[in-house]
Amino acid sequence: MTVLLFYFTAAVAMIATWLVITRTNAVHALLYLIVSLLATGFVFLLLGAYFAALLEVIVYAGAVMVLFLFVLMMLGLGKHSERAEKGLLKPRLWYGPAFLCGVLLGEWGALFAGHPLSVELHAVSAKAVGIALLGPYVLAVELASMLLMAGLVGAYHLTELKRRPPA
Amino acid sequence: MTMVPLTHVLLLSAVLFALGMGGLLGRRNLIFMLMSLEIMFNAAGLAFIAAGARWGQADGQIFFILILTLAAAEVGVGLGLALQIYHRFRTLDMDEVCELGESFNDQAENR
Repeated sequence: MTVLLFYFTAAVAMIATWLVITRTNAVHALLYLIVSLLATGFVFLLLGAYFAALLEVIVYAGAVMVLFLFVLMMLGLGKHSERAEKGLLKPRLWYGPAFLCGVLLGEWGALFAGHPLSVELHAVSAKAVGIALLGPYVLAVELASMLLMAGLVGAYHLTELKRRPPA
Repeated sequence: MTMVPLTHVLLLSAVLFALGMGGLLGRRNLIFMLMSLEIMFNAAGLAFIAAGARWGQADGQIFFILILTLAAAEVGVGLGLALQIYHRFRTLDMDEVCELGESFNDQAENR
């Protein structure tokens, strides 16, 4: 059962990723990228990494993709983007991502229909991750926090718009 | 419940990584290149999770979390760079922005 669901999810992930790198409209590509990330999150769930699956959906498909969307909207490219915005409201555009999301939703239902969240043999719980994260890996956590701080300061400085003559 | 074979998960991860790499090499729009980088990060994280699940260790998920923070920092800086480049050059095409020598298209035309 799990194995079958895995192959379906893998197919969804690969199709969505292929569509990401072949789209010409960035917003369309972003929609398929979200589907691809959701599919990867489902694979994490099937592998028993529940915590990582949640992180994937919340951080990747949520926060990072919204950041991409913000920048795309900010760079809104004049009349071209206006036409694209009108196109966004057409239902035809949503068929592809909605179909792939529907497949994932069906798998979700199939996974939890028979046995309500049975813990697998090799499932790694969030508790084990937390204990290891703040135990032997505490130095890596500190390094990650420093990296995020550097990213924050760097992004702030890079996006500061100085009125200087074009180079 | 039978387990998913590790080989197939690693195969999926490799395919996703190759797709991301193809996008990175093939596309010239900075936004698409950043998206391809995200796909590649994600594929690497999938390989970590698969290995962690195979041996029942928490280390795989920890490295996935570290990859997640790395990707978040990378997206912040990368999109900041994209905004700045668009402000200066009025384009996101990396061949137009290329100032270190000729771009690939120029070379093809000169040949």
